[in-house]
Amino acid sequence: MLSMSNIAGFETFKNSVRSFGHRSAKNSVIGGRTWRRSAFIIFLLFAALLPAAPADKHLSIYSTAANYSLPIVQRQGHDYVGLLEVLDPLGSVSAKLEGTRWRIHYNNILGEFTADKTRALVQGRDADLPAKFLIEDGRGLVPVGSLSSLLPRFLGGPATLHEESDRLFIGNVATHFTASVARDDASQLVFHFSGPVNPSIASEPGKLQMTFTHDPVAAPASPTLTFGSKTIRSATYSESNGAAEITVAASTPLFVSFSSDGRTITLSPAKSQSAAAVASNSNPPQKPVQSSSGPQSATAASSASSPSTFSAPRRYFAVVDASHGGTDRGEALSPTLAEKDVTLAFAHLLRQELESRGIATLILRDSDANLSLDDRASFANTTHAAIYVALHATSTGHGVRLYTAMLPYEDSEDHGPFRPWGTAQLSSIPISQVTAANLAESLRKIEIPVRTLTAPLRPLNNVVIAAVAVEVAPPASDVSALTSPDYQQLIAGALANGIFAMRGQLGGAP
Amino acid sequence: MIPRHLGIAVSVLLVAVFAMSLYAWHMRGRAAATPVPATDTRPVVAPIAGATERVTLFVADDELGMLRGQSAQIPLPGVRQQRAEEVLRALIAVYLDKSSPHPLPPGSEIRSVYLVDPGLAVIDVNAAMADGHRSGVLVEELTVASLIETLSANVPGILKVKILVEGNQRETLAGHADLADFFDISAVNLLATQMQSNQ
Repeated sequence: MLSMSNIAGFETFKNSVRSFGHRSAKNSVIGGRTWRRSAFIIFLLFAALLPAAPADKHLSIYSTAANYSLPIVQRQGHDYVGLLEVLDPLGSVSAKLEGTRWRIHYNNILGEFTADKTRALVQGRDADLPAKFLIEDGRGLVPVGSLSSLLPRFLGGPATLHEESDRLFIGNVATHFTASVARDDASQLVFHFSGPVNPSIASEPGKLQMTFTHDPVAAPASPTLTFGSKTIRSATYSESNGAAEITVAASTPLFVSFSSDGRTITLSPAKSQSAAAVASNSNPPQKPVQSSSGPQSATAASSASSPSTFSAPRRYFAVVDASHGGTDRGEALSPTLAEKDVTLAFAHLLRQELESRGIATLILRDSDANLSLDDRASFANTTHAAIYVALHATSTGHGVRLYTAMLPYEDSEDHGPFRPWGTAQLSSIPISQVTAANLAESLRKIEIPVRTLTAPLRPLNNVVIAAVAVEVAPPASDVSALTSPDYQQLIAGALANGIFAMRGQLGGAP
Repeated sequence: MIPRHLGIAVSVLLVAVFAMSLYAWHMRGRAAATPVPATDTRPVVAPIAGATERVTLFVADDELGMLRGQSAQIPLPGVRQQRAEEVLRALIAVYLDKSSPHPLPPGSEIRSVYLVDPGLAVIDVNAAMADGHRSGVLVEELTVASLIETLSANVPGILKVKILVEGNQRETLAGHADLADFFDISAVNLLATQMQSNQ
């Protein structure tokens, strides 16, 4: 492949060949042209053999305000991005450079950074960076790895960074998907997305690739999905350089069609007609793809338009917290099964169940990330949701336990209008207990053994809204049943029913 | 001229000395071949001076997820702080038994109990107990509630309890039960009541 950098090199090379030819002319006028032709041929061979220049790295940022992409620069072995550019599409932001100090104001929040220092101040609190803060041409550059801890301080909400693939999710914006063989036609594969998507599509013999650069598509529970279809065997999810990619392995060329306002993608075999012919006759939402010897893009026109999409900030009714995460694995349910993974999968299911009942739901931890208990409580409090549900899993006992906060000892000191952080839940304890009783009733209806208890379990006591923790134990002695989709679905459905039934008492519109 | 009986006596004594030497040499060889037992570094528990009294231990049951009151006869010293320690040590002994309904890790110990007026009790457990404790909301909560409820039932006047591990504050027992705050005895009493039924 001949890249731009190679072409630039070609111009330089041609000039040097030309000057070399002039020097040669002094010695041999006849040999000059021959030299230049030879050198040009040698260059073409050289250029053809050169590997393509590495693609520029980009950070894709997904938020309710905008989806956008920023260039990543490499300094001192670390990936950096401009902090002002990251925050700019999200709110009112300004920055000022004073010597080596760089101050940034985002809405009413002040961040202070010092060149070549790894410690910053955000809202008066220390923030440690994984590498030095840099100032270049007045721009403040922060390590990409620091965004997951810095942005929550500025934005007051969770930010999940997929560091290996340079994708940053601000808030609960991830688009989830399911893939299944169509019920009426086993040769068709149907992808359902939780939001509209617009991927670029390319095919190679035996596979079709959908690349999501501007859509916050998130990984399914398993990166590889297999289907019992002879035509379409499997779909594999991967992420890299700011994009998500779904690769479908198929034995025949496939047609791609979009429906439900871009929420459903159907792949079907090309059958007898020429894919190219269908391409010219297809409706705009249909994306025909034909097999070829090399990758061939069939990107829709709309995907080449502005990468930013704007929508009003979403109001959440429920906050679902997948407990543990990152280095905190929770209970080792089995040698290969960690509590943090079960809670994450269960959180996705519960959100799906709640959203299907029209209850807007935020998941606090949407990936395998570290999130402190204080941060979890802060996020739950600042979303102004109506209910907080923390999810736990255990190998001990059976059924489900529902916990409300057991408040710690509080001295009789007068705190004025302020409430101590440790007993922030105090005024919401009655509604939390009513909610827990309602959820228990809902679980008993489907004959799941359930207990309700108080527990010294943070961050329940730090949350100001109705707060309940759910600990799911296996139905029998087999711990692996905890990961059974049927069992999880049963419990998630019952919990969603209980929350739905409580929405009037919990207040706020779903 | 040495008398005959004296000569016989000396000869008998010489034979006896020779036999004893042989026996001593043999015993020395056996002693060298016997491995020396490892030194037991555990501190010797001071004998408890006090009359045997009936106490109530709140014992956790994992299977039922319950706390059950259980009577025990243990010698209790007169000093309030030592009484508190002995009651909790008796509880830990139940959990270290092979047939325990709520097993704690081997080597679990109560290091000390400090009673600070007014109404504060500090329970200091060893690292073996916290580091090896099973993780889970209920299983950790059972341990905490069992310790505090047993203490408050047998040592009156306690209003709040702090649990330390090896003298230091710890965030959680094993990832769930919060140890960073002071436990309110009235809240734990309420929890213990909830835990005495499995509904």
